[in-house]
Amino acid sequence: MLYEVRWHGRGGQGVVTASDLLARAALLEGKYVYHAPEFGPERRGAPVRAYTRISDEPIEQHFGIYNPDAIVVIDPGLQRAYDTILAGVKRGGLLVVNAKEVDGELLRRARELELKVWSVDAFTIALDVFGRPLYNTPMLGAFTKASGLVKLESVLEAVKERFKSPEIVEKNIEAIKRAFGEVREVV
Amino acid sequence: MAAVTRVKGQRRVGMTGDEAVAYAVKQADVDVIAAYPITPQTIIVERLAEYVNNGELNAAFIPVESEHSALSTCVGASLAGARVFTATASQGLALMYEILWIASSMRTTIVMALANRALSAPINIHCSHDDAYAARDTGWIQFFAENVQEAYDLTIQAFKIAEDKRVLLPTIINLDGFILSHSLEGLYVLSDDDVRKFLPPKEPVNPIDVERPMTYGPLALYDYYYEFKRAQAEAMKNSYPVILEVFKEYERISGRRYAPVKEYGMEDAEVAMVILGSSAGTARYVARRMRERGEKVGVLSLTLYRPFPEKEIVERLRGVKAAIIMDRSYSFGSPGAQLFMDIAAALYNEGERPLLINAIYGLGGRDLTPDQVEAAFRAAFEAAKTGVVKERELWLGVR
Repeated sequence: MLYEVRWHGRGGQGVVTASDLLARAALLEGKYVYHAPEFGPERRGAPVRAYTRISDEPIEQHFGIYNPDAIVVIDPGLQRAYDTILAGVKRGGLLVVNAKEVDGELLRRARELELKVWSVDAFTIALDVFGRPLYNTPMLGAFTKASGLVKLESVLEAVKERFKSPEIVEKNIEAIKRAFGEVREVV
Repeated sequence: MAAVTRVKGQRRVGMTGDEAVAYAVKQADVDVIAAYPITPQTIIVERLAEYVNNGELNAAFIPVESEHSALSTCVGASLAGARVFTATASQGLALMYEILWIASSMRTTIVMALANRALSAPINIHCSHDDAYAARDTGWIQFFAENVQEAYDLTIQAFKIAEDKRVLLPTIINLDGFILSHSLEGLYVLSDDDVRKFLPPKEPVNPIDVERPMTYGPLALYDYYYEFKRAQAEAMKNSYPVILEVFKEYERISGRRYAPVKEYGMEDAEVAMVILGSSAGTARYVARRMRERGEKVGVLSLTLYRPFPEKEIVERLRGVKAAIIMDRSYSFGSPGAQLFMDIAAALYNEGERPLLINAIYGLGGRDLTPDQVEAAFRAAFEAAKTGVVKERELWLGVR
């Protein structure tokens, strides 16, 4: 089974790291992975995307992801960039958004595409845990719950593998666990 | 890096192409690294700087002010007997250009990772094979990695090939910029011990020795220059059987089989695609789907680019009616782009040979999509059917 994820956020929010961590978590479960960051000029605040391809079979395709199974919107301000974030998503796919309240028009469009929509207030979690708007790991936690693609333990293991500082590991684990618990299915 | 599965004492880890190359270089226990940072190669040198700094690698890391100096430093170090590594891309390779010729003619054994990137202008940091092709005639052995695993494996093998006394030629490992250099895949890595056994310390030939002074790189005019070039030509030819030998030995310790050319579906292919680098997988991905529909397509991808595996390619293309030669670069004003010209030349004296179409793709990082690959195969089928090549040059995915 091949599963493809596209991540949307802004420079400085750790979009690429979220995709990298998901790939590492899947790798820990024995899956085949390809994680590709989209590299434009990486300015803080500019829209950034990252892509994760996960499969039970070896992955030989090295082209971009155009029809993702899942979309994760890390930046709450991108909720209204409907065309961008929904581009090419598979009918019946998954949409995970960082929002206190999911935008009405986004919900309407998501229903049209028969998407399953999950949301979590990663803004509050990030401010509580990190004291600044680092949404990536909470959104990874939310995606983990919403998709059921990889185990929570694998994601936490990937975090331990990726970050060296015990304090950073601890905070990210806290953020992931909280988002995993708080994310709710909207549609 | 956490262990998942063990294959012959190997760990499965997640790394980007750049990280995998750096890890291989560390395990190869190089003595000297000299490089100048340039995207998309930067991570390789950053990781190596960390390895040297934290004591994991006992090597001289020599920061320099340009790529020209980086390669010059490598030449000196290699002649002094050191195992030497450098990495660059695009403009950096261009700035090394005159030293590329010197490095090979003086029979250094430098190993270079080239994270393939388009040449300016306009400025671009993404993948083209301009830089690899620019080094084509300079006397370096060249490999192309298709994925992160190959980037790692080929780097380790490159040292053994370059330093073999029957070869003594510098070697380039090409890995597609960003598509491999900055993308994470799973790979198996050998134990340090296995690499050490496979790759014992370099045994230099006539190293610089102050007790025993010799002349290196002397003036040679019409009296000897010609013979130097002939000797170099022989060295390049001689490297071929050594490469095969090293591939075999590496298979014994890794379980992974390398060959100058990889093939898919070539046994009965009517049309074939010949390609370099990371897009080979995409070509096979499309070919598999077309074969499921009963269309006889094949894919040949070159792991070894120089010396050119001419015989293998000619043999594999026997019986093919039309072939698409894929070039991620362009040779302005030439009768076809670089790989196309190689293959056309290799086939010319064959009685039976396929019609050839040259497809340009992916310049400056433009994605090679399955649709583009299929369109190229369609053009080949058309040529095979009619016996005529309508358009010799296709530009896939250009606006």
